[in-house]
Amino acid sequence: MTDPAFIEVEDLYFSRGGRAIFSGVNLSIPRGKITAIMGPSGSGKTTLLKLLGGQLTPDSGRVLIDGQDVHRLPRKALFALRSRMGMLFQSGALFSDLDVFENVAFPLRVHTDLPDAMIRDIVLLKLQAVGLRGARDLTPAELSGGMARRVALARAVALDPELILYDEPFVGQDPIAMGVLVQLIKRLSEALSLTSVVVSHDIKETISIADYLYLIADGGIVAHGTPATLDTHEDARVSQFMHGEPDGPVPFHYPAPPLYRDILGTDALGTDAAAMAATDSTTGAD
Amino acid sequence: MASGFWRQLIDSVAGLGYRGCRVIEALGRASVFMARSVVGVPGGEGVRLWLRQMHFVGVLSLAIVLVSGLFIGMVLALQGYTILIDFGAEQALGQMVSLSLLRELAPVVAALLFAGRAGSALTAEIGLMKATEQLTSMEMIGVDPLRRVVAPRLWAGFVSLPLLTIGFSVVGIWGGYLVGVQWLGVSEGSFWSNMQSSVAFFADVGNGMIKSLVFALVVTWIAVFQGYDLIPTSEGISRATTRTVVYSSLAVLGLDFVLTAMMFGGL
Amino acid sequence: MQRSKTVEFGVGIFILAGILGLVFLGLRVSGLTPSASSQTFHLEASFSDIGSLKPRARVTMAGVTVGRVESIELDQEWFDARVSMRLDSSLEGELSRDSTAAILTAGLLGEQYIGLTVGGDPEALEDGDSIRDTQSALVLEELIQQFVSSMVKD
Ligand SMILES: Nc1ncnc2c1ncn2[C@@H]1O[C@H](COP(=O)(O)OP(=O)(O)O)[C@@H](O)[C@H]1O
Ligand SMILES: [Mg+2]
Repeated sequence: MTDPAFIEVEDLYFSRGGRAIFSGVNLSIPRGKITAIMGPSGSGKTTLLKLLGGQLTPDSGRVLIDGQDVHRLPRKALFALRSRMGMLFQSGALFSDLDVFENVAFPLRVHTDLPDAMIRDIVLLKLQAVGLRGARDLTPAELSGGMARRVALARAVALDPELILYDEPFVGQDPIAMGVLVQLIKRLSEALSLTSVVVSHDIKETISIADYLYLIADGGIVAHGTPATLDTHEDARVSQFMHGEPDGPVPFHYPAPPLYRDILGTDALGTDAAAMAATDSTTGAD
Repeated sequence: MASGFWRQLIDSVAGLGYRGCRVIEALGRASVFMARSVVGVPGGEGVRLWLRQMHFVGVLSLAIVLVSGLFIGMVLALQGYTILIDFGAEQALGQMVSLSLLRELAPVVAALLFAGRAGSALTAEIGLMKATEQLTSMEMIGVDPLRRVVAPRLWAGFVSLPLLTIGFSVVGIWGGYLVGVQWLGVSEGSFWSNMQSSVAFFADVGNGMIKSLVFALVVTWIAVFQGYDLIPTSEGISRATTRTVVYSSLAVLGLDFVLTAMMFGGL
Repeated sequence: MQRSKTVEFGVGIFILAGILGLVFLGLRVSGLTPSASSQTFHLEASFSDIGSLKPRARVTMAGVTVGRVESIELDQEWFDARVSMRLDSSLEGELSRDSTAAILTAGLLGEQYIGLTVGGDPEALEDGDSIRDTQSALVLEELIQQFVSSMVKD
């Protein structure tokens, strides 16, 4: 194929509550590969996935999936496109009125006319893959967070989609389940030549399976490349993130005025608050 | 001074305009929402989803509606008797109890109880599904939550409330009979025959049913829309639940006046 | 989606009970009689004044309800009220030809209804016959007026 990119994000702008979250993001996600999108919490990774899935509409820019502009598709076509993608939500998002088995069976029941016996076999196989075949009769309320996410993964792959979006798959997993999950994502992607997008801030696990990495921060792509190239990237922000250093150019804090002013209050200093805020904002920015 | 006054005036007018725009915008969203939720999932699956909601919304509201109906009928008979006896017209008790129930009390009180019992539960349930991303994940699976989650609830509410209203009337009239005939000793024959000669099926029972259908539509609509449109936090859910009960009650009482004026007021 | 027989059964009972309730409201409360059971026969009677008699008012004999008023029309020829009644068919051929019909009031302010009294004629009223001997409603204002005018004359 001449154009192997499955997802193409062009010049994406998006803001929420007056705050710009993305300003000019360009991405290209190749078909049949695992692409990781990494970035600190609150940098907009979940938001980006929702934009890809068409649940949020960008202020400007486009998202092309398999050549179709997600945000210009009529509702029907969008739902048809979505039935070819699976998404693993950060919270799992299992249907609370269905048990584990029925949750995994749900996409099969609504999108296929398979006989019950076959649905049963598929569901049990998918649950086996995530190690929860024995939990099929539990309700979502009886699962731990990590288990719920694994059931959600089984549900996301129930229809054998062409594209899976994983939102933080590794958070809250014990070391064994984590290892299994990493292998599972890799196997799924290789065996079915799935296109996978993994959003995560677990660097070690993500690097071990990703073919390509995008690093987002400050509303844009900071760096991208294969894990090897990023590991030795000269940009200070990139190496800070890749090596998990606490101090560096990427701020740990959400933008805020200096701490001493919040704690002591401006009145203690007896100066005009507005004037001080104006002078401080220049120093607080960097 | 003066300029401050004008600025305040302009600000408050602008504030009013802003609120007006918000209300109209919300109404627009609610209408689009309604139009897209009318059609449910087709086939046996849709019927099963609807049946489940009928159970949740209708059957489970039955107890509170019937008990309230019984007491209201009994109180009506008791109060009516003490007034009618002064005119020597206690044989008109059946007429009074049945007409009050059929025309007004059954549709209105059943709708208010329904808003409190089923409407708030619908809002909270849909809101919680939204807050836990169940609606979003359903969308991502390629299923429209409006058709699968909202439509069955909308239809269940629309069908349930008129049925509950019938139950309310029947039980209320029976309660009136118990108090009036069995306890206070109004003659059984004149209780029923007076009722029968003054209640017209289409004008009284029929109009009561029309009221009930209108209330069912409005209350369920408010409930599911508030659930679907809320801010997905625990505070957002509790606020939306309160809004459902408040808006539904106001809408029911206001619409009741309009409908009564149209049906019985010669408007 | 799992099926649940108890849920479906409960909802079925709920809907059925609603329909039965509506039937109760129709038959017992509004006094609609199923027109299929035409176990009734017609009689007519003309009154010079019916007061506030309404369609579906009771028709009684000795205080027992035996039928209902079906319609009330103005007779364009004699300008009196033609009341048509539907009576229990068990009375067909039992009421003598000289029976009387009177418009009575239940209590002082109650509803108005028709009271039938049988006479002694061996011949009986048949379906569609008219009762000739009728007594109009007592209208309170007329009574008072008569009373006042008779006082003035004295
Ligand atoms: N519903 C919302 N309304 C307003 N702001 C939001 C909302 N959801 C997320 N945000 C903001 O968007 C930013 C990105 O959030 P998110 O995509 O969830 O980050 P993460 O990278 O941790 O997944 C955050 O700063 C958050 O404050
Ligand atoms: Mg996130």
